[in-house]
Amino acid sequence: MNVENTSKQSWWTRIAHPGQFVAWSRRLLVPLWIATAALFVLGLWLAFFASPEDYQMGDTVRIMYVHVPTAWLSQFVYGVMSVSAIGTLVWRHPMADVSMKAAAPLGATFTALALYTGALWGRPTWGTFWEWDGRMTSTLVLLLIYFGIVALWRAFDDQLRAARIVAVFTLVGAVNIPIIKFSVDWWATLHQPASVFRLDGPTMPGSILTPLFVMVFAFTALFLTLHLIGMHTEVRRRRVMSLERRLAQRGAA
Amino acid sequence: MIDLGPHAVYIVWAYLGVAVAIAALIGFKLVESRRLSARLAALETAGADRSATHP
Amino acid sequence: MMSAFTAILLRDLKLALRTGGDWLTLALFFVMVGIVVPFAIGPDRELLSRLAPGIVWIAAFLSVLLGLDRLFRADHEDGTLLLLRLSDLPLAGVVLAKLIAHWLLTALPLLAATPLLAVMLSMDPPAFLRAVVSLLVGTPGLVALGTVGAAVTVTIRRGGLIAPVLILPLAIPLLIFGVGAITTGPGPDQSGTALLLLAAISLIAVAVTPFAAALAITSAED
Repeated sequence: MNVENTSKQSWWTRIAHPGQFVAWSRRLLVPLWIATAALFVLGLWLAFFASPEDYQMGDTVRIMYVHVPTAWLSQFVYGVMSVSAIGTLVWRHPMADVSMKAAAPLGATFTALALYTGALWGRPTWGTFWEWDGRMTSTLVLLLIYFGIVALWRAFDDQLRAARIVAVFTLVGAVNIPIIKFSVDWWATLHQPASVFRLDGPTMPGSILTPLFVMVFAFTALFLTLHLIGMHTEVRRRRVMSLERRLAQRGAA
Repeated sequence: MIDLGPHAVYIVWAYLGVAVAIAALIGFKLVESRRLSARLAALETAGADRSATHP
Repeated sequence: MMSAFTAILLRDLKLALRTGGDWLTLALFFVMVGIVVPFAIGPDRELLSRLAPGIVWIAAFLSVLLGLDRLFRADHEDGTLLLLRLSDLPLAGVVLAKLIAHWLLTALPLLAATPLLAVMLSMDPPAFLRAVVSLLVGTPGLVALGTVGAAVTVTIRRGGLIAPVLILPLAIPLLIFGVGAITTGPGPDQSGTALLLLAAISLIAVAVTPFAAALAITSAED
């Protein structure tokens, strides 16, 4: 009943109420676009003009500057979806549903891009577009899970009911992903004892790490921007659907 | 332009593919957003919701 | 509480056995996949026996996925599922009972049909034994993941198609360790390790999925 309580409540409604959420978060879009563009310009400049070629990989190291960020996003987006799924199941937060739905196609796209750039990097480095090594294989399985989640969303007519069910499946997938990762690694080493080329963190010189980090931030900013737009679109879509339903009901009455 | 070495083809294709995919993604998201905003505006001016609750 | 559990279990078994040959059809499908593969890759006995572990598991995979839709669909459509939710047994317990019944109806016929497959794929006796143990340990996990797929899609009319697509990627660890528990070479023999890991994953799946499936069913029917 005190002041603190009411201010907390208004903070909560600002996040939870779809209309209010769109109203205040629209102002974030322009700064997000600017940050994304600036980071990409800086990152690409660093990647092509300010970084040397790797002594081992030569110029193909430049593919890493788009491969690592997309691979990072493929997992980060699943993390966002899992947190949103918990929000849906525990607090029945309406914006968590929307966030989950908007993130799924983005995650699928970035995972596909990670595989695409990985294949183009593997061809000059390993001599083949596709190698059944642990990391690429588990990324492929992750892509299949994303496709399953997108298909599940599309299968439901009632999106409000769909949210809780997709949330359950998303969390089952989240529990499963480490198990898949472990089993695929076990399988890959069993069938392929020869060690593949590894790019481990500490061995990378700073001249490669700087553009890599800038590109990771650039891609993350891009995801956040597109995710916010997707959430706004989803809120509008639900509003359109409820208005159309009401219109149809009035027409029938 | 800088020299990309013997594997330039793969680098160019990697960046090109990512650029095209991201451009398509952005374009799709923006078009979808515009389309739904227009539809919502049309429905709201038609008075689909307000007239029932606020006469 | 225990009697409710066994009652649901027995009811599912009785219903399936009375209405007839679904479980037989599934076993037939399992054997037929094994028969079709030699036509695809040629009748080379050595090659077949090398591929046999993989073929057996793929056949089991497909048979279990094929039978998934029966798990909750009929009970959802005639309203039994709604009644079961009102019983004093928690829904997760109901799901576990149905899971066990489903395993008895789908996986046991497969195990019974494995000797046939072993002969036709020219597996040697030790490999056959390992295949039976591997299927015995791995199929509960497969069915358990299947219950999540069936529960998630129970209210979708075309759910029968989506459930396998959802479950297939999640079941890859079971496939890897299931096949790994049968194959011994080339390289060091790791079939024992694989069997233990398979048992671990299977146990986790059976322990966790009833709760997830129950949550999905309550969300779907509210």
